[in-house]
Amino acid sequence: MKSYNLTHLEELEAEAIYILREVASQFEKPALLFSGGKDSIVVAHMARKAFWPAKIPFPLVHIDTGHNFPETIEFRDEFVRKIGANLIVGSVQQSINEGKVVEEKGFNASRNALQTVTLLETIEQHKFDCAIGGARRDEEKARAKERFFSHRDEFGQWDPKNQRPELWNIFNGRKNMGEHFRVFPISNWTEMDVWQYILKENIEIPSIYLAHQREVFIREGVIMSTSSFIQQRDNEVATNMQVRFRTIGDATCTGAVESSADSIEKIIEEVAAARTTERGTRSDDKRSEAAMEDRKKQGYF
Amino acid sequence: MENSTINNETSSYLDMELLRFSTAGSVDDGKSTLIGRLLYDSKSIFADQYEAIEETSRRKGDENVNLALLTDGLRAEREQGITIDVAYRYFATPKRKFIIADTPGHIQYTRNMVTGASTSNLSIILVDARQGVVEQTCRHTFISSLLGIPHVVFCINKMDLVDYSEEVFEKIKKDLEAFSSKLEVRDIHFVPISALKGDNVVNKSENMSWYQGSTLMYLLENIHIGSDYNHVDCRFPVQYVIRPQSDEFHDFRGYSGRIAGGIFKKGDEVVVLPSGFSSKIKSIHIYNNEIEEAFSPMSVTMTLDDDIDISRGDMIVRENNQPNASQDLDLMVCWLNDKPMINGGKYALKHTTNDARCIIKEVKYKVNINTLHRIEDDKVINTNDIARITIRTTRPLLFDKYSRNRITGSLILINEATNETVGAAMIV
Ligand SMILES: Nc1nc2c(ncn2[C@@H]2O[C@H](COP(=O)(O)OP(=O)(O)O)[C@@H](O)[C@H]2O)c(=O)[nH]1
Repeated sequence: MKSYNLTHLEELEAEAIYILREVASQFEKPALLFSGGKDSIVVAHMARKAFWPAKIPFPLVHIDTGHNFPETIEFRDEFVRKIGANLIVGSVQQSINEGKVVEEKGFNASRNALQTVTLLETIEQHKFDCAIGGARRDEEKARAKERFFSHRDEFGQWDPKNQRPELWNIFNGRKNMGEHFRVFPISNWTEMDVWQYILKENIEIPSIYLAHQREVFIREGVIMSTSSFIQQRDNEVATNMQVRFRTIGDATCTGAVESSADSIEKIIEEVAAARTTERGTRSDDKRSEAAMEDRKKQGYF
Repeated sequence: MENSTINNETSSYLDMELLRFSTAGSVDDGKSTLIGRLLYDSKSIFADQYEAIEETSRRKGDENVNLALLTDGLRAEREQGITIDVAYRYFATPKRKFIIADTPGHIQYTRNMVTGASTSNLSIILVDARQGVVEQTCRHTFISSLLGIPHVVFCINKMDLVDYSEEVFEKIKKDLEAFSSKLEVRDIHFVPISALKGDNVVNKSENMSWYQGSTLMYLLENIHIGSDYNHVDCRFPVQYVIRPQSDEFHDFRGYSGRIAGGIFKKGDEVVVLPSGFSSKIKSIHIYNNEIEEAFSPMSVTMTLDDDIDISRGDMIVRENNQPNASQDLDLMVCWLNDKPMINGGKYALKHTTNDARCIIKEVKYKVNINTLHRIEDDKVINTNDIARITIRTTRPLLFDKYSRNRITGSLILINEATNETVGAAMIV
């Protein structure tokens, strides 16, 4: 007998595509937040599938901290060119220049927190009423309760106690003036699902996800890439190591892992055997146990 | 993890299925411990997560590592020490990926359980072996049945505290069978477990040799979910119309959406509702792949032989099997909002890909969810109440009974002033 059953990846993809089409139907001016990281690449890939043979009916928005790995920006531009999408860049550097935010100083200085301001400004400037993001619920405890359609008040704030119940596959994107939504089509995916999907769909990703030789130093147990954006302490000696990145964020707070996984298959094997969660390599979450929750309330992704 | 598992996971992921389940139990029945146990014994916990809860357990002076801490969520509930909303968790074995909708069991949180249950294939209901069937057990079973969850697994927990007694288990099982026979649940299972010690959760218990059935994990991995979707009545709610403005696809008009029921094949004669025009399926696509047939829950794009005016909210079906079309609907509604339902009030509603407005015509009765009795003298519908009502919509909806199709049979009510989702309704 023929089985009318989808595999887990097919079902997750069908769900994400359904949500992307809901966004295009329910909102007037949506945008897809594109960081150049694997999660946002997967979302953009599915957006392309969802609207084929038409182009993606909304722009890609990159909130650029200015502290990027050069590989990410190269990749971003090439990716956008290939899929013929429209790219909008919101610059944290510009927010700093305009005095809207103040750059952190010292050894642990990071622009991650500043992103929030630039993001909200970009949303306001372009009058976006919905920002699609690649966040997953399994990334962090505070995200386990995030909705697919996450309502934000006119200040971009998230109120964990006042989220709309989400039932079946009916999504309520109704809003009042000035309010907007964040929508997360891959909420139900895990890191493993993302890698398996990248392999199955043969999706290109920035080279820094794969093992390569890099000049690094160790800070509080985290392997950091040397870079002109980071101030090293005297005892933080640079060495060469074979590493890869599990997430791509701001270069100042994204740690690498020692790895010889130079193919997607090997990464999947490595993820299966992994000892730490992905965000464990991001030093910004370590600042406090409830760090993510605090940033979310302020309007972070 | 052993090498064999790793290789397995890399190569066999193309055959893995997805199972969504929800968990319910009264406070302290051991729900958090059970979820922690499933995650831990299936090796889905990372070292840093385990170290964090080990540390917290030590700080609190717990004797064992408290697995319940793994599912601890937002700060508010950390402070109050309770779960206040639906939280989603994930784990996988080489056979299946699991999505857990973790919902709290307090009386005021019926709405959360309804929310979690709405997308589940399976419901785990915990019963404390020392207490047996209590009011909450009945309520959880009723909600699982109301929400049409195809499979229910009763876990009789804390068997270690009743000397792993077969008698205790059998008594509870009999009580549950008696109660469940009054409800529509398709597939019921009973497993005696100890979430704390691990008996019959992932590993077979050595303390209950009298139990011949499966462990909970075996059920989760093997219960047949292929027939959970309706593959009989063809329903394709049009979600989005694709019209590329390009030379290459100049005449392309694609109707996108998620199949809500039945199996659509290329060449099928179809009818478009509400217009009633008929045509033939010319092609079915997922991206640039043409496929021969499509079924629930696939997201596809269809093209038809004829150029018909079709838009979001229309439904493509088969001529000889059409949904109901009516402005008057009978509903079982679960109220989700702090403001009571207004009898005679107007609400916005969302049903499949359709938006409409409606007026509440009548409250027939409320259900006492602990006893299943009808309450006919109190018709005020507050948060967490479940009631039978009738509504009239501004235009006809294309629907099936919820018991026949969970997608075309469900709708949500929205407060038009605040835009909050205030009611979840199943069409009867
Ligand atoms: N002896 C025993 N205690 C258990 C078992 N399962 C849970 N408990 C304990 O019961 C208490 C409540 O468990 P918890 O998982 O927090 O319950 P929840 O409120 O349903 O999430 C905790 O002290 C657990 O250690 C079990 O199988 N046997």
